Amino acid sequence: MSERATKIPPAETEAQSDDHPTDGTQTDPPSEAESDAEAPAETTPEPVTNGAQSVVRALENAGVEYAFGVQGGAIMPVYDALYDSDIYHVTMAHEQGASHAADAYGIVSGEPGVCLATSGPGATNLVTGIADADMDSDPMLALTGQVPTEFVGNDAFQETDTTGVTTPVTKDNTFSSDPDLVGSDVSEAFALAREGRPGPTLVDLPKDVTKAETDCEPDAPKTPDTYEVQTHAESAIVEAAADRLESANRPVMLLGGGVIKGEASEVCREFATEHEIPVVTTMPGIGAFPEDHELSMEMAGMHGTGYANMAITHCDTMLAIGTRFDDRLTGGIDTFAPDAEIIHVDIDPAEVSKNIHADYPLIGDAATVVEQLADAVQASPQAKKWRAQCQQWKSDYSMAYDAPEDEPVQPEFVVEALDEATDDDTIVTTGVGQHQMWACQYWTYTEPRTWVSSHGLGTMGYGLPAAIGARLAADDDQTVVCIDGDGSFLMTMQGLSVAVRENLDITVAVLNNEYIGMVRQWQDAFFEGRHSASNYNWMPEFDKLAEAFGAAGFRIDDYDEVADTIEEAIAYDGPSVIDVHIDPQANVYPMVPAGGDNGQFALTEDQL
Amino acid sequence: MKRGLDGPTPEERPTPAGRRNKQGIRIDPEVEAKREPRRTVISALVEHEPGVLSDVSGLFSRRQFNIESLTVGPTEDEDENRARITVVVEEPDPGIDQIKKQLRKLVPVIAVRELEPDAMRRELALIKVNAERPDQVAAVADMYGAKTVDSSPESATFEVTGARQKIDAAIETFTQFGIREISRTGLTALARGTDDTAAASSTVSTADEANQQPNAQPQTDD
Repeated sequence: MSERATKIPPAETEAQSDDHPTDGTQTDPPSEAESDAEAPAETTPEPVTNGAQSVVRALENAGVEYAFGVQGGAIMPVYDALYDSDIYHVTMAHEQGASHAADAYGIVSGEPGVCLATSGPGATNLVTGIADADMDSDPMLALTGQVPTEFVGNDAFQETDTTGVTTPVTKDNTFSSDPDLVGSDVSEAFALAREGRPGPTLVDLPKDVTKAETDCEPDAPKTPDTYEVQTHAESAIVEAAADRLESANRPVMLLGGGVIKGEASEVCREFATEHEIPVVTTMPGIGAFPEDHELSMEMAGMHGTGYANMAITHCDTMLAIGTRFDDRLTGGIDTFAPDAEIIHVDIDPAEVSKNIHADYPLIGDAATVVEQLADAVQASPQAKKWRAQCQQWKSDYSMAYDAPEDEPVQPEFVVEALDEATDDDTIVTTGVGQHQMWACQYWTYTEPRTWVSSHGLGTMGYGLPAAIGARLAADDDQTVVCIDGDGSFLMTMQGLSVAVRENLDITVAVLNNEYIGMVRQWQDAFFEGRHSASNYNWMPEFDKLAEAFGAAGFRIDDYDEVADTIEEAIAYDGPSVIDVHIDPQANVYPMVPAGGDNGQFALTEDQL
Repeated sequence: MKRGLDGPTPEERPTPAGRRNKQGIRIDPEVEAKREPRRTVISALVEHEPGVLSDVSGLFSRRQFNIESLTVGPTEDEDENRARITVVVEEPDPGIDQIKKQLRKLVPVIAVRELEPDAMRRELALIKVNAERPDQVAAVADMYGAKTVDSSPESATFEVTGARQKIDAAIETFTQFGIREISRTGLTALARGTDDTAAASSTVSTADEANQQPNAQPQTDD
């Protein structure tokens, strides 16, 4: 039996709109008349009788529709409570996939994705995805089973100090020890994952606590009183920053992932176009500004475009929004935008002046602060010459590539062909490596929440499970494409079984060069071509493997197969995998060597 | 076969003249500010719940901030179950600023403040010395206002409280008798007068903080 979770999860009937999350009882579904009424049709839910039901009720109250996880001993009471819930549980093949799927669900929907695992190995398998969400500030709630309280600390079977292990990689975590409070702990963790700067939270659930009797209904999701978020920036600094922008001759806007998470894309677009300021994005900021716009300089950083890197290096004023100035963006700190005064907008005060000193620290919600700035800026900067310079750089350092017919397929061509074959709102997920960079560089992103990747942690194997989470969060008519590498795909490929079971319409294009390509590229550049452990010429045939899983498998070896195969794979209603045999020697350029000067990016290997 | 993209080579490109230092601050070639580390005391009011100390100490260790001492204990508002954490750190100003902000981010942390140089700072030390010359040992103890906690024919243990320098001095003087063991608590501190040390009501706006240069007065342990 395979149900089509993408389209209609069993929880949703036509009578229940998205605004009225279901209440957790199946005995008395609201009728059409009821849900059309003024007040939401709330049937009285069955009172909770134990801790686990309280946990699930907390999720239902928060409007959770999907949960990703794997069963196990210590989490069994929670799964037992889920059995009666309308929350659709997607059983993953591996807990790492559960955390990546929840992460991607959070990126695409904006609401925390939920993942579950049992104690010990279940919990530790979640850690990679939690750390990934932490680095990228993605909203996520992880629920882990724990051994019964009386065994905690005794090295019991499948015991791990989960809160201890996850403290450095969560926004907040809780060991829940009271059956009366366990539901509220989950509610609070859900609220914390979403509010302010988003991030992953975790609640550790001892089996005796979830099994224990309680009639306590969880509180509504609310952050604790000690958690304060400043939304508006100090007006004096806003005024000063506005003056600085007005007098700028070489202004640049740098949009980070926070722009997308803070729903500030629209207001940033208005601000940039009104004042004609060239826009550069970070990698997580991809989609915040349409890349086909004249003002767009696209992505900056290690593999950013040459023109973006020239723009951030030579600007005199940088309006940086929702970025933490990661080293992959800045290159060497000493050469990062050395002439620029920095106006830094961020909701997290700790990000301001952490890596790059902010001359104008604007702490607050991205959308709110940009509106404050928009009100304060009276005149556009006089930057006609600068804009012309930026356009000149765009033609000097254009992202053109050669694709001779008689050579193996170039990866850039495949990415462009995929982009062409799909709509603008197509969601792209990737693993990590060369393919990820080509997907950044050669796909034209125009909408926020369409780029789903592992940025800060750089987790290989992220792409396929992320595609599963993204598929469930996306609109039905949105296409989901996973651009993966052979090495990345091999790491979490077991997720294909999930995609097949749920009949998820995902197209995976594996850019197969039989190498850990990025490592091979660095070995060629910095390790005298000694390909230590980077040659993967033992790769399986991914198209046949896909078929073994029950998915559709395709293979591309030549240019003349590219367009047709892609069309066929995308048209296939269900998971499909294209094994694209690309030029094994293809490299990613431009490139700023680690810690290098962004303005000195290399265009060829000789320039490294 | 050509590999890579077209465009002017790095040597043909203009480069800006400016530079930034390690802390990401633009360097003015005229007055290049070098940021020396300084010792300071940071006080945090926290929810007294399991794991809060490990959250705080974990934060310091994984961000490689150098802790000189860290003390924790319950404070006023016993009903609310709160504790005060006092941390002594040695960092350049941007690092101290970052410590305060990172601490404030932890959910159980209610308020964070860097104490003024005139704040009251105290430490307690237990010093166990050889008691072969009891008269002289007692005289030294008296000099530092040390209380006798325990004595035996071979050893005497004293309790000294005070500023760090006083304890250092006491230990140095006791050394002549032969020190058997020392245990020190680390520093705890409160702001002077009616000034709040770090209280729920007096949370400093981090935006204000970010904009002002942290005070750089010299250390005056009292």
